[in-house]
Amino acid sequence: MGIRPEHELHNRRRGRNIGVGLMLGAFVVLIMALTYVKITQTDFELPPEQREVTQ
Amino acid sequence: MTDITNTPTSEYDAQLGDYFALLKPRVMSLVVFTAFVGLLAAPVSVNPVIGFCAILFIAIGGGASGALNMWWDADIDAVMRRTRGRPIPSGRVQPGEALTLGVALSGLSVMMLALATNLLAGGMLLFTILFYAVFYTMWLKRLTPQNIVIGGAAGAFPPVIGWVAATGSFSVEAWLMFALIFMWTPPHFWALALFMRSDYDDAKVPMLTVTHGRPATRLHIFVYTVLLAALAIGTAFTAIGGIFYFAVALVLNAAFLLGAYRIWNRDEVMAEGDDYAEERKFFRLSLAYLFLHFGAILGEAALRTFGLGGW
Repeated sequence: MGIRPEHELHNRRRGRNIGVGLMLGAFVVLIMALTYVKITQTDFELPPEQREVTQ
Repeated sequence: MTDITNTPTSEYDAQLGDYFALLKPRVMSLVVFTAFVGLLAAPVSVNPVIGFCAILFIAIGGGASGALNMWWDADIDAVMRRTRGRPIPSGRVQPGEALTLGVALSGLSVMMLALATNLLAGGMLLFTILFYAVFYTMWLKRLTPQNIVIGGAAGAFPPVIGWVAATGSFSVEAWLMFALIFMWTPPHFWALALFMRSDYDDAKVPMLTVTHGRPATRLHIFVYTVLLAALAIGTAFTAIGGIFYFAVALVLNAAFLLGAYRIWNRDEVMAEGDDYAEERKFFRLSLAYLFLHFGAILGEAALRTFGLGGW
């Protein structure tokens, strides 16, 4: 099926959809930053089962 | 297979701002500020990213409980002048959407706070959401005139969660910050109930003004303010207090006590004569009162980083 012209619903909800998209993007960036901080902290430890694999 | 063109559309599509309004942004600003103070007043250093995440997820958790509150209370919100413009009674958001948003954000915030900081902080946030949304909103708000006192406890948890997020444990200082908000809430809301005369009567919410009368409410405001003043000034002599906090608390509590005394010494004829000027003034002062007390605790924490503060 080919691409159809946009429904008026798409126009009406554009602002909302862009807002949700930006929030999800910000959430991903936040999780990345949090993960980086967590794994670079000095008290970070791998779980025991993973420790054996990496040694 | 469903086609989006077959989706029934209402005349008004809720915008992001409408969903944001469900989170009670004004209450959320208090949650953010007090949690921030709790986090920074704790005697440990917190990584800025983790601190930011902690405050963000505490704020989202607070907002989620606000959305659940608005979902459950939509019927009484529609009756009260102060709340009838909220997203659900005004028809901008459907009740089911508010419930979904509240539950989803509750789960997200609790899980993320536990991951970002520690399990105890996540558990405390979950307890706070349940306390506010279930214990207060669904059960006690419409049952007892002490509803404001109990609701105040829910609003008092954020600095404790901030402290626990930083330290991983409870302490006396965290509970002092809890007590400060807990004791502040009743006089703050009862002053509001005095000048928003008919709202709670119309909604049949058993506010103290309705069940015990207005003179009893005035006395309650004064008694709570006396106890609050003792607590607020006493906090100056703990690990989160100091000379700076003491000076701020002394001035604020003198003004607050004077306001409460004036409210106690008035009757309805006098209050109606000046359109509840004293009650309105006291309500406005109460907002500055809490903000400045927590600001002073934050100030003491900042001074301590430079080797100052305390006694």
